[in-house]
Order: sequence, then C-alpha cells, then structure tokens
Amino acid sequence: MRKLILATLTLLLIAPTALLASGGGEHLEQANIDLRDQASLQRGAKYFMNYCSGCHSLKYMRYNRLAKDLGIDEITLRQNLIFGDAKPGDLITKSMTDDDALKWFGVVPPDLTLVTRWRSPDWVYTYLKGFYVDETRPYGVNNLVFPLVGMPHVLGDLQGRQEAILEPPHEPGKEPTIKGLRLVEKGDLSPKEYDTLVRDITNFLTYAGEPIRLERERLGRYVLLFLGFLFILAYMLKKEYWKDVH
Amino acid sequence: MSAEKTENLSWIDKRFPLSETWRAHLSEYYAPKNLNFWSFFGSLAILTLVIQIVTGVWLAMSYKPDANLAFASVEYIMRDVDWGWLIRYMHSTGASMFFIVIYLHMFRGLLWGSYRKPRELLWMIGVVIYLMMMATAFFGYLLPWGQMSYWGAQVIVNLFAAVPVIGDDLAVWVRGDYVISDATLNRFFALHFLLPFLLAGLVFLHIVALHHVGSNNPDGIEIKEGPKGNRWSDKAPADGIPFHPYYTVKDLMGAVVFLAIFSYIMFFNPTMGGLFLETPNFQPANPMQTPVHIAPVWYFTPFYAMLRAVPPMYGSQFPGVVVMFASILILFALPWLDRSPVKSMRYKGPLFKGATAIFVVSFVALAWLGMQPASPLYTLLAQIFTVLYFAYFLLMPIYSSLDETKPVPERVTS
Repeated sequence: MRKLILATLTLLLIAPTALLASGGGEHLEQANIDLRDQASLQRGAKYFMNYCSGCHSLKYMRYNRLAKDLGIDEITLRQNLIFGDAKPGDLITKSMTDDDALKWFGVVPPDLTLVTRWRSPDWVYTYLKGFYVDETRPYGVNNLVFPLVGMPHVLGDLQGRQEAILEPPHEPGKEPTIKGLRLVEKGDLSPKEYDTLVRDITNFLTYAGEPIRLERERLGRYVLLFLGFLFILAYMLKKEYWKDVH
Repeated sequence: MSAEKTENLSWIDKRFPLSETWRAHLSEYYAPKNLNFWSFFGSLAILTLVIQIVTGVWLAMSYKPDANLAFASVEYIMRDVDWGWLIRYMHSTGASMFFIVIYLHMFRGLLWGSYRKPRELLWMIGVVIYLMMMATAFFGYLLPWGQMSYWGAQVIVNLFAAVPVIGDDLAVWVRGDYVISDATLNRFFALHFLLPFLLAGLVFLHIVALHHVGSNNPDGIEIKEGPKGNRWSDKAPADGIPFHPYYTVKDLMGAVVFLAIFSYIMFFNPTMGGLFLETPNFQPANPMQTPVHIAPVWYFTPFYAMLRAVPPMYGSQFPGVVVMFASILILFALPWLDRSPVKSMRYKGPLFKGATAIFVVSFVALAWLGMQPASPLYTLLAQIFTVLYFAYFLLMPIYSSLDETKPVPERVTS
C-alpha cells in the first residue's frame, strides 16, 4: 500500500512536467545547446555584443558576472565586450534610446535577459534561423515563428537570403501556407557555420536567463546525497525507538 | 527530565509552565500508536509554513514593492544577492509544496473521518487556515510583477466586480485603483507579509483543538474511550504512545523524505515545466498586452475551472463566483453531512468509497481543465465534474446513511 502511494505521488510530481512540455504550437528546431561548453558561451557573448546589443539590452545581467562565469579576463572584457563608457560592474544596457527605437522599428526591442525562459532556447534558435524574404515588410523580411516581426535580419549577411517554399492553399481564396525555407543567395557563412553561430547565441542567452543554473544543479547533488545519509540515520533512529511498540 | 530538575528549570517553571507544557503537548501527549503515512502531512505543513516565513522575510529584505522596480528586484535577488536564488526558489517551490501537503493533509481528514464529532471545530479551523493560505498565495503571486502575476490578479479581482450592485466599487476598493497598479502591489505586499503570521496563530489554535480532543487514527477509533493504562501511565489510553519521542523521530524521518523531494524540485526543476513558476511570468507585467492564455497557478485551477463552468446569467458572471466560493465553503458543513455510523474509510461501505473515488477524479480533472484554454468540450466536462464535486457533499447525507458499513474493531489495528 505504502509503495503504491509513493509511486502515485512520484507520478503526480513528474506527470505535469511531461504534459506541459509536450504542448506548444509551431514546430521548433532543437537548439541542442550545452551550458558547459565555455568556448561556445564565449563566442555567443561575442556575437551578442557585436550584433544584438545595439538594440537589445541584457539589463538584469552585469558585465563582470558574465566575464567571471564564462572565464573571460578583465582586459578582454574591457577591450572586446564593453562598448561605450560602461564599467565592468554595470548592467548590460543598450545604446539605442526607446524613442529612436519607436521611430525606427515601431516597437522597443525587448530586453533579452530572460527571453529563453519565457520563450524557450529552441524558440530563439528557430527564430534566428527563420527569417525569409517578404517584400511587404518594412525591412524586407518576415519570420517563420514570429510573423510580422519588426526586426530586420541583422545576421542576414552571414546567413544569406532565404525564401519561403509555399504550398498552394487547399481551398481557393485562402492564403498559401509556408512549407519550409530555402536558401536562395549564399551568405558569408555556410549553413552549418551559421547553425553553430546561432546555437552559440542561443547557448549564451540561455546562460544569461539563469546564470546560477549549473551551480544549482551541482549543489543539488550534494544536498540530495546529504539528505540520503540523513534519511538512513533518521530511519535507524525511528526503528530503534519503535522496536518496543507493538 | 522531571525527576531531577535543574535549578534553572525550576526557576523558570515557577514563573512559566515550561515543563508542564512540554509534558502536556509532547512527552505525555498520547497519540494512537497506529498512525501511518498519512499522518506525516500535519507536521510537514508546519515545516513548510516555517520555510515560507523564514525565506519570505529574507526575500523582503531585497524585494521592492514598487511597480517600476519589483520585477527587476526579483532578478536582482536571483543574480546579485548572495544565495538569493536559493532563497527565492525555496519560496516559490515552497508555495506549491505547501498546497500539495495541505491537500494531502485534508484528504487524510477525509479518509479517517477526522472532521466527525468531536473534531468539528478542529476541522473548521483547518478550513479557515486553508482559506487564509489561498489568500496569502494570491497576494504573493502578484509580487514578482510578471505578466501572469498581473493578469492573474486582474482576473481574480474582477470576480469581485461581478457582485451585483456594489461590485465595481468593491473591485476598486480591493485594487485601490481602477486597474491593477502600483497601489495594488503595495497593499498586496503588506497583506502577503501580514497573513502568514495570522496563519501561524490559527495553526496554534488548530493544535490546541487537536490536543484537546486527541489525534484521530486510520481506524477512526477514539483511543481515549478505550482501555486505560500503558507503560508510561495508568491513566493514559492503552493504545496511545507519547508523541515525543515516538512521533518526533518518525516525523523527522518523514521530513527528510519531504525535504529530498523539495530539494530535487528546487535544484533540478524549479519551474516544474511551468507549473510552479509559470512561463509568461518571466516577462515583466505589461498592462497594454494581455497574454494569449491566462491560467492561475495549479493549486487554484480546480476552482477556476468551476468558475468558468457556470454560464453567465443575465449577463453576469456572479453565479460562477458564487459556485466557486461555495465549493470551498461547503467544506465547513462536512462534519454534519456525513451520517455514516463509522468514521474511517476502512469501515465505510462501497457507496462511500465509490463516491470518494469519483470526488478525487473530479477534483484532479477540474485542476487539469482549469489549466486549459476554454473550449466547448472542456466547458462541458468542467460542468459535469463541477456537478460531481458538489454531489459528493450534497448527497452525502443520503449515501452515507444507506451505506453498508463494516464492523469497527474495539482496539486500533496496525
């Protein structure tokens, strides 16, 4: 009976996770990131600072925390990752003002510190690979997972130009649906190199979403180990006291 | 302890009943010797309350109850405060674990018939504790000032607006504004800080009532009415054992297992796939942008499902609000609805057991439905399960008296 109850409880604890994880609308590609890959994180930080940080902030993250966690020394940090007059202890804000952003893009580009937590790493990965030519949009591009996106394809020179492969509508009068994307003009990087670059950025943003994550999982093992030993002691104590209860 | 009192202790005992209290509530409080798995959740609830109060006070040292600063201050706690991430995850995991523990604790009451005479008041104090816990959780959920905090609070406060005549004024009075705003955040923070201490006071009353009537047990037998005399005292119930050390060491064991589950979630899966920390809440509150799908945290979803299940009447959601509150308030009547001659589920018959099984299924199903976006099928299912939920209570006087019960033994079984 007790085993049954424990099994039920375990199921109740685990089931919802699987249930919710299986949901979701659009098809997302697997980002396959690795938070332990420091080289990838460092490259991701570099790409972010060069391509993203003009318009997007990481305003809950500090430069020196990032440098410490990613194994970047202070000289490299100051010379290559900090633009403008920010100090290492500062939060990573963007250089563009909100007023300018509204004028240029119609929206204020969101802060990206937590983007992988309220979207998902897979979403960010798919999004960065999902730009395609759409002349009806102000910047000439649209996005598979973010229709009518206001952002230009900043990484376009690297990736090249993609076009949508359209599927004719099933019923006349309806809009055609997008089956997939096709590279029509090569960029500076091969598709494989571009995937790696996007994966590095996603990896870095996932790190930025929760800098403590690896440390918390490392500590968690020790805590569970300790509680395991404590359980043995508590169990033996209980047995010892209870042996005269019949 | 009492044989050779130290000088200090007798000094205290002349001025404060320390030894007497220790004896009355621990070393000479006799609990039935057959308490099982289900009896862990009372002490675990106290443990969780302590965890919530301690971590909450520490969070309050760095949290800023200001609409412009709240979200960033939570991230500040997560990143810049030493061990802030651990304290915050402990608090967010603790909130959900508190409800899991309390739901199991209440279900235990249902299984053992712990609401029956002479424990009616004990049960009712428990229901008040549950209500106050829900209020505390609701106020606390606004504090991170994420999208779901904001819109969840918006939906719940709008329930008050559904009250006829005074509704709109009532909602403004609760919010302190025409929308959820900085004023709302400030008062919710104040109340979220206050209520747990009132809760602790109610827990004290709950234990006073418990120790007055004595603990129930899986057999639902009153050990006080049975034979007297055990190893420790001639006057104590024969089937009773001192709470300390027997149940303190046993509950310690339960607490370690509980903390292991708690730690596993906290260290390896603190969001629980969006159940304990909802995904949209990683975006700061934006009053101009409604999330696609608003769902309360999992522990409120059964009641949310019932709210949505009731169709509006005369263009008002008020009937749904009434049903939702009635679903909780009906628990107060439980001691008088059960007419079975036996207390424990062990000796109740197939009717009562079947009804309880249907009730559990309904509650879990409603919890799931409350998380889903409304659809005609889901609404219909929610309506069916809402009827079953209420039927369990309202038909109880009938099926509990018709039921074929089993004979109850004289003494507790193990």
